Amino acid sequence: MACGMGNLPDIGEKRMNEPGRNWPLWAGFLLCLLAVPSYLLVFAKYPVTRDLPWATFLMLATGLVLLASGVRRAYRRPGEYRGKIAGPILGTLGIALTAFFCFGVFYGSKLIPKSGAAPRIGQRAPDFTLVDTANREVSLASLLAEPLPNSQTPPKAVLLIFYRGYW
Amino acid sequence: MRGIQESLNEIERLGVRPVAISVDSPQESRALCKKAGYTFPFLSDPNTDAIREYDLLHRGAGVDGHDIARPAEVLIDASGVVRWANLTDDIRVRARPQQILEQARLLK
Repeated sequence: MACGMGNLPDIGEKRMNEPGRNWPLWAGFLLCLLAVPSYLLVFAKYPVTRDLPWATFLMLATGLVLLASGVRRAYRRPGEYRGKIAGPILGTLGIALTAFFCFGVFYGSKLIPKSGAAPRIGQRAPDFTLVDTANREVSLASLLAEPLPNSQTPPKAVLLIFYRGYW
Repeated sequence: MRGIQESLNEIERLGVRPVAISVDSPQESRALCKKAGYTFPFLSDPNTDAIREYDLLHRGAGVDGHDIARPAEVLIDASGVVRWANLTDDIRVRARPQQILEQARLLK
């Protein structure tokens, strides 16, 4: 069954006189380019891909490997593949995008105050009065006293979720 | 927050009322709740009164250098005492619903 294999036309590496498309270069760049927006728009919504952004790291790593192989091809076999100029440019951009994401994840998102004086377990929580989305005044005491929805009894506890907001 | 909403029935069945707090105005929070389908209370603290009281202020971290709240979760029991607090060290990492349900089951 192996007979004739050598005579099959090689689709990817045809025509010696005209260099072919260097697809790993562009696929790699595209992966790196999509990594950050896909994290912000999709992966950041789910704790499994948000807390440790493995899916984004995988995209970036695959992108960089493809970029590297694309650049290699362009320089080692310039007669077969294009990309001697685009290669280094896309490669540099890919590395820059990866560095940007890593900086954000390992440094930027950890720049938050220590909050050493925040109420600790066993301490009394400070009361407050704020307004809800219907502009009604709501206090911690009232949140603890009013029955839960679909219930006649007040809650056992209130969970305050402080968040950054959308300003 | 999405996770809280998804587990809201179970959280409430365990007797816990989740309440979100930020510097957003009531109008902004109302728009967010409508868009994202949040049905638990959202409170507005534009002057960061409660946020400062809880030492959860993140100075200058908002747009145009506004002060905002850093992410945190605080569970307060019926007598007003803190039973659990989660002060993350990474703004991307928030308490998961499983952690909250676990804490809620410990309440008497």
